[in-house]
This record gives sequence, structure tokens and C-alpha cells, in this order.
Amino acid sequence: MTGSSYASNPEALRALVRADAVHRDLYISEELYEMEQERLWRNAWIYMGHDSQVPKPGDFYTADIAGSPLLMLRGRDGEVRVFLNRCAHKGTRVVSAVEGNCGSSLRCPYHGWTYRLDGGLRTVPLKGGYRDTGISESAHWQGLAPVPNVAIHRGFVFVRLSNEGPDFHDYFGDSLSSIDNMADRSPEGRLEIAGGALRYDHNCNWKMFVENLNDAMHPMVAHQSSAGVAKRLWEQEGVGGTPPMVVQQFAPFVSDYGFFDKMGVRIYENGHSYTGVNFSIHSKYSAEPEYERRMIEAYGEERAHAILSENRHNTVYFPSLTIKGAIQAIRVARPLAADRTVLESWTFRLAGAPEELLKRTMTYSRLINAPTSVVGHDDLHCYSEIQKGLHAHGNEWVSLHRNYDPAERDAIAGVYNGTSEVSMRGQFRAWLKHMLPRGEEAGAA
Amino acid sequence: MARFVRREARLIDEKRLDEWYELFAEDALYWMPLARGQTDPHSHTSLFCEDRFLLKVRIERLKDPLSHSQQQPSFCQHVLQQPEVVERDDEVGEYALRTPFVYLETRLDEQFVLGGVAHHDLRREDGRLKIAVKRIELLNRDAALPSIQLFL
Repeated sequence: MTGSSYASNPEALRALVRADAVHRDLYISEELYEMEQERLWRNAWIYMGHDSQVPKPGDFYTADIAGSPLLMLRGRDGEVRVFLNRCAHKGTRVVSAVEGNCGSSLRCPYHGWTYRLDGGLRTVPLKGGYRDTGISESAHWQGLAPVPNVAIHRGFVFVRLSNEGPDFHDYFGDSLSSIDNMADRSPEGRLEIAGGALRYDHNCNWKMFVENLNDAMHPMVAHQSSAGVAKRLWEQEGVGGTPPMVVQQFAPFVSDYGFFDKMGVRIYENGHSYTGVNFSIHSKYSAEPEYERRMIEAYGEERAHAILSENRHNTVYFPSLTIKGAIQAIRVARPLAADRTVLESWTFRLAGAPEELLKRTMTYSRLINAPTSVVGHDDLHCYSEIQKGLHAHGNEWVSLHRNYDPAERDAIAGVYNGTSEVSMRGQFRAWLKHMLPRGEEAGAA
Repeated sequence: MARFVRREARLIDEKRLDEWYELFAEDALYWMPLARGQTDPHSHTSLFCEDRFLLKVRIERLKDPLSHSQQQPSFCQHVLQQPEVVERDDEVGEYALRTPFVYLETRLDEQFVLGGVAHHDLRREDGRLKIAVKRIELLNRDAALPSIQLFL
């Protein structure tokens, strides 16, 4: 099917996603990549950033989503808004820094058109030259174009670039409970971005990463040489006692199949899911008594215990965001091409918690998510080998059969065994729903 | 001391990593900050922040036949500027050196180039120089980086 046109052919699109397999074109076709940008990444709710990145009026942060340069800006009224990062005059990006503070207004570097922090056009040099030109009735006079749909949940800023598409709460539903649990882990119920962003260039399709997050059948194989070596070396040292945090963080990656299976996976509609329903690789980190004391003080014993005993592994907010509430680390997928994706890893401070918690989080992010991470090397190697391997002729399908049950076709939401590939089937079902033209979604796999 | 720094890089390039490991003091830190001007390895995320145990994990992993990302092995080459001694205390036996470098890492058809400045804090222990801290100030630390599998 490679090379055929999908844009005008819903039947060809529908044929790409079977209940138990997907066609390789989902990963290697540039045409499908472009269509995804238009139909999925513009119509779904995509993670822009966290409002703690722009704490003061005039603070901004920029990111590209679905090919559009975007600007998140804190106004004088304290509101966080998101605009197209494009001067209304000729299209210059009004800010080129990734982040910073623009003062009381934004000024285009080319002709000096100036905008208020709410995006409105403030001044234009030699304004008289525009008299009776009709520009005042055009979009050029309306200031920075706001992103039509912005939703902020516990500081997490999501955008939907298209006017069409699902409502925020309908889209994410109860999956937001993972973000809630991460924020509730702060004695003040508040998260702050801290520690910087690790940016990792991936020569693979973005979906390989997103699928991997709830793939519980790979760690004990792919990470045997990294996490496995760390565990073995520590055991060889024969020191005994509580292993250092780095060993506590590495070792569970090579837990056995039974562990990952019993951990469980919860599936929501629209491609969202999390592993670690019952326990996870984060469950057995050493206690932090001072932190627990502050949590009990803030929430009372019962509620504090309920918050801290929830140790979800990875939650996927399809398609752009994956979070680890239990360790306050997130990863954001920024696709660039069918075979190229930048992954950003961010870490959070739990407001009101001892600084040790942030150190633990940053250590995890470096050990597991950095371009210098041995665990990251294992994963990216596998993704890039899939990217190459899928060009092999003879079998054009990628298997999603593991624990497939036809009953999923009616209602996929629920709890399943951890090593099932049901989360991937849920993601591709959501993918197809977005990709089909409106009115054609019925009967998506 | 300049010879020590050159030899250190050469041991990495020649993959004599067990010998390289022995250059590090017991309490050594191999550190590549992520933020510019980062003064503390723990107040901000770092790219590398390895004690001897974590260095050992990396070295043993590279030897492990199950390291699939090294089935097709990576190779690297350091190109060093003349190391400059920026601090020197002969009495205590502590020295600080600064060495601008270019680093190439290659794996079959893929090659990337990194550059920056390596800072060595060296300490004389029982008549031998040891690395107390090797801090690598990577020039493009804020870029989206590929897998860096060997050592700068």
C-alpha cells in the first residue's frame, strides 16, 4: 500500500488498522505523517507546557505543535494564553527564544508592530499609512491569533488547534486522575517545573515511543544489558542493606514477566491508558519520612496514604504526553517527520515537599530518559531498528495480538493484565477515529 | 599533567575502559551539566553525573553481549587542544586543567560531532594522579541530542 493516496480514500485508511494488527505505513509513510499532523495533532488535545513555566506576567514559552509555532504567554491579568507565534503583519515569529520574559508588550523584530500581553495590537509605526486601506477589517489588525481551544488542568496546558474536535473533559475523561495524583503528591497540591529539559533526538516514528510506554513485555529483554548490569554489579559488591537510589531506580526494570503482568493496565477511551494499576516499578523506593510527615499534615493520614499508595507506572495522554506521577517526570513527543521525533523530558518539584524529592526525580530522568541514558539507548535502538525493519517486503503488518479479545471491539475501557497489548490497540483505534473524515468514524476498529 | 589528560582521552578512544576507570579516584565525579553555568550536579538535571559505580555500569554494559545498541559498535575520537593548567597546588598535589575539545562518535553510517571544554580536577594519591572531577561543558547541551553511547 506504500505510495498510494490515503487522503481521498477512507477505505484504504480503514484497512490500515485491524483489530489485532496495524499496517507498516503508519510508521513509514510520509503521506500518513502529514495527514496525522492535520487530522490527529490539530484535532486532539496536545500538551503545550506547564503554567509554572510562565509564573509572571510577560513570561513566555514557545513550542511547535502540528507544524505551528506557538507561544504560551502569561498576561497582566495572570491568565495564561496561547497564540500562534506569528506577527499579524508579515508572519515573523514574534519571539524566537524558547522561553523568557517580554516585559509589558511584545514587539515584532521586523517592523515593530507591538502587541499587548493579551495579544491585542497595541501600536503600528506610522499608522496613518494604513488609513482607508481596509486593513482594520482584516485579521492583520486583530493582533496575535489566539489558539481557539486551551485547557489547563492542574497547571498542565493543553491546546486543540482546530475548532473541531472533542471537548477537553470528554477527550481525557478519568485518565486525568493520573495528573491529579501527581499534583496531589505535593503537600500544597501544586507542581512546579524544575531541573530543565532533556531533549533526545529519536530517528523513529513517534508512535513507537508512545506504544512503548505501556509495553510491559520489553523491559526484561531490552534493558537486560543496562538495568540488568546495574543490578548484577550491586549484588556483586555484596554490601547488603538498602541499595542506593540509582540501583533502586534501575533494578525494577528487569523484574520478571509475572511482576509486569500483575501490575495491570487500565485503558480509557481515546487512546489513553496507564500501567501500574496494582503496583509498579516505583512502588518500592525508600521512604522519605519528612515528606510523609508533611503530606499527613496537609491531607490527614488516610488521604495522604491513599495518594502515596497510588504508584502508577506510565500514563499515556494520547498522542503527545506521557507522565510518571509517582516520580513526577513527564515525556513529551514532538514529531518532526515520519522517521523523526524529539522527546523532551521534564521534571517537577512538588511544592512544599523536601528538595530530596526533586533530586530523586532528576536522577530518574537522567538515568532513564536522557540522550546519555543506557536505558534510553536500549529503547531507541529497538525503535530505530523497527523503523528500518519495516521496510522489509513480505510482511507489511505489525502484530498487536497479545491477549486480544474480540469483546474489546465493543468497549475497550477497563483493567487488563499488564502484559496485554490492549493499550496499543486502544491507541490505534483512537488514531483511526481521528484520521477518518468526519462522518466516517463509525465502525473504526 | 597535560600528558595525563591526553592519555585519558586516548584510553577512551582505544576502548581501554578498564584502564580508564582506574584513573578515577574513589570519590570521583564524571559530570556533564545540562544547564549553562550549573554549579551543582544535584540542583539541576545533568547529562552525566556518574560516580565510580555508575561508570562501572556503563563500562560493563558496553562489554555485555546483550547490549544490542552496540551489536554494531560505536567508536569515538577526541581531538584535544593543548590542556591548560588553570590552578596548581604542588604542596597539596591538586591541579585543575582546562581542555577545549572536539569529539566525534560514529556507528557505521551515523556520525555526530560534539564540542566543548573538559575541566579536570586532578589529585595526587600515593604518587599517582587521579581524577577527582571531570566536568564536561558541552557546547550544544540544549540541542536535541542523539544517543551518546561512549564517553566524552
